[in-house]
Amino acid sequence: MKAVEVKDLVKDYGNFRAINGISFEVNEGEVFGLIGPNGAGKTTALRTIATLLQITSGSITVFDYELPKEAGEVRKIISYLPEEAGAYKNLTGKEYLNFIAKFFGEGDKFQNIVQRGLEIANLGERINDKVDTYSKGMIRRLLVGRALMVNPRLAILDEPTSGLDVVNAQEVRRIINSSVEAGVAVLLSSHNMLEVELLCHRIALINDGIIVASGTAAELKNEYDAVNIEEAFVKAIK
Amino acid sequence: MIGNIIKKEFKELFTLSTLIPIVVIAIVFAFVGQTIGNIGETMEEKPVVGIVDMDDGDFSDIAMAVLIEKAEVIYDGNDAEEGLEEVREENGVALLVIPENFSQNIYANHPGEIEIYWIMKGAGMMDSISSGVVEGLIQAVNQGISTKLIRQDSYFDPALVLNPTTRVETTFFKGKEIEGLSSSQLGNMLSSQSIVIPIVVMMLIIMAGASVIASMGMEKENKTLETLLTLPVRRSHIVIGKIVGSALVGMIMAAIYMIGFSRYMSSFQISDINLADFGLALGTQDYLLVGISLFTALLAGLSLCIVLGTFAKNYRSAQTLIFPITALAMISVFITMFKDFDTIPAILRVLVFAIPFSHPMMAMRALMMDNYSLVIGGVAYTAVFTVIMIVVAVRIFNSDRLLTGSVQKRAAWGKLGWGFRR
Repeated sequence: MKAVEVKDLVKDYGNFRAINGISFEVNEGEVFGLIGPNGAGKTTALRTIATLLQITSGSITVFDYELPKEAGEVRKIISYLPEEAGAYKNLTGKEYLNFIAKFFGEGDKFQNIVQRGLEIANLGERINDKVDTYSKGMIRRLLVGRALMVNPRLAILDEPTSGLDVVNAQEVRRIINSSVEAGVAVLLSSHNMLEVELLCHRIALINDGIIVASGTAAELKNEYDAVNIEEAFVKAIK
Repeated sequence: MIGNIIKKEFKELFTLSTLIPIVVIAIVFAFVGQTIGNIGETMEEKPVVGIVDMDDGDFSDIAMAVLIEKAEVIYDGNDAEEGLEEVREENGVALLVIPENFSQNIYANHPGEIEIYWIMKGAGMMDSISSGVVEGLIQAVNQGISTKLIRQDSYFDPALVLNPTTRVETTFFKGKEIEGLSSSQLGNMLSSQSIVIPIVVMMLIIMAGASVIASMGMEKENKTLETLLTLPVRRSHIVIGKIVGSALVGMIMAAIYMIGFSRYMSSFQISDINLADFGLALGTQDYLLVGISLFTALLAGLSLCIVLGTFAKNYRSAQTLIFPITALAMISVFITMFKDFDTIPAILRVLVFAIPFSHPMMAMRALMMDNYSLVIGGVAYTAVFTVIMIVVAVRIFNSDRLLTGSVQKRAAWGKLGWGFRR
């Protein structure tokens, strides 16, 4: 079963076409990366798959659930981490994880989810402090913990390491990899080409709402005779 | 340099979105003021009264002369029933009856009795102005009689000279006959319903409304909205959860505010008349209806606020979005405070009925007068209003608008191209 199947997806904002007929698939246990510059349509694509935006035309299925008809079912099996996400400032880190976990389970299941969130966030005693007092890196780790603690079948991560220092970014990448090993499918976006090369099994290069090339990192470098994905991308959009 | 900063500040603060609500509210208030009328003009107008003189003596002649000079007398006869009917039909303020032996009593050193039958139309502040003018007429009658008494050679009790008449009053108000009270006394007694209750409701709506709008603004500012919308929870539950949570916060805040305000108001309380003595007390079911009216109005207000809250870009813009709610609540307060629902022009009546917050403001007074249809109709209307607003809010929550803003902005994104994140 495919984790995600996107066919001829078009998304318009008024008169502006943000996505112009993109198609791609994400397999179970795979990390699929959408890469492109700011404004290419990455976030729009992720938001649409995450049930936040309506589809103008085309189709999206997530583990055979069709959007927008079965959006409620899709929300039960996905977890979305927006690029500029935040947490409720008046809650402590642990209260925030509790709040989210209550939507996914009760009793032991709830406890297990929270425990997993605490482990992924790895904030030590600071988890009992208010989110308002956290650094940007701490908030991002809390949010990654929030996104992955619920054992989603599909994690949609928009610029997962955005704004993080090298150490924190590496830690977040490690967490993502361990989730994938546990069977989670990941769809992520990034304009950090190095990160994409390190994390993703397959990549789609997106520009001006169109996928200009896709494949593994090796395939893309080979196709465009490039030394890295960045060079491949530049050659692909010329 | 400073001019540059002033120009920037002005441009940032003086926007169409800040200007439009102010202009709309100014127009609405001007319209309301124009429609309700002018206190000064009302006070200068001669009050419409009927007179029944059954005495035909020296002092009743003085009273008649004063009344005919200073009031618009629409009935001058000997039949009180007929006079009362006439005053009612002509939208008059009162029927004054001077009974037999009025002059004889005064000559006998006893105050003359004047029977006053008040036709009270409403319990708002503006509604009692005409009766206040009639009160002034009675004073003028007293002065006329006192002058004559002083000029008489005979000995009169000084107390009689100072107060030559007494009044026996009956007030007719919305089908009720209330003996022993003038319309202004009744108006004063109902003033707590005219002032305190509308202000309580207004504060409750504003406090709770501000909470729900701020909650929407904070969801956007703190970047928590997208996460919330992708959780496995129905959008209607998010909307209802926000409404109920804010209602609780608003009620606590309003309760704290009202403890102080009721203390303040009690310092002005001068009436020691018990409403129950005049059949105006509310029963358990009446209080239940008032509670239901308040609850539905609160839900209606909050559901309207959550729709407005979807327009909030951040916490700051959320603060300005409460303005329309405040204005609507203030319109309801001012109209219900100054005028009774039954005495305002039809167009204002429609406006007041359409604003859901008006209903609990009017409920207590209406129930005292057994006007159940207004209260139950109001509850039904606010319930329907709430359902419509919740449906609208859920539709907005299910659309792109919550995350992407207005259509115009979306179009603008196209022009910005690569430089703008989607």
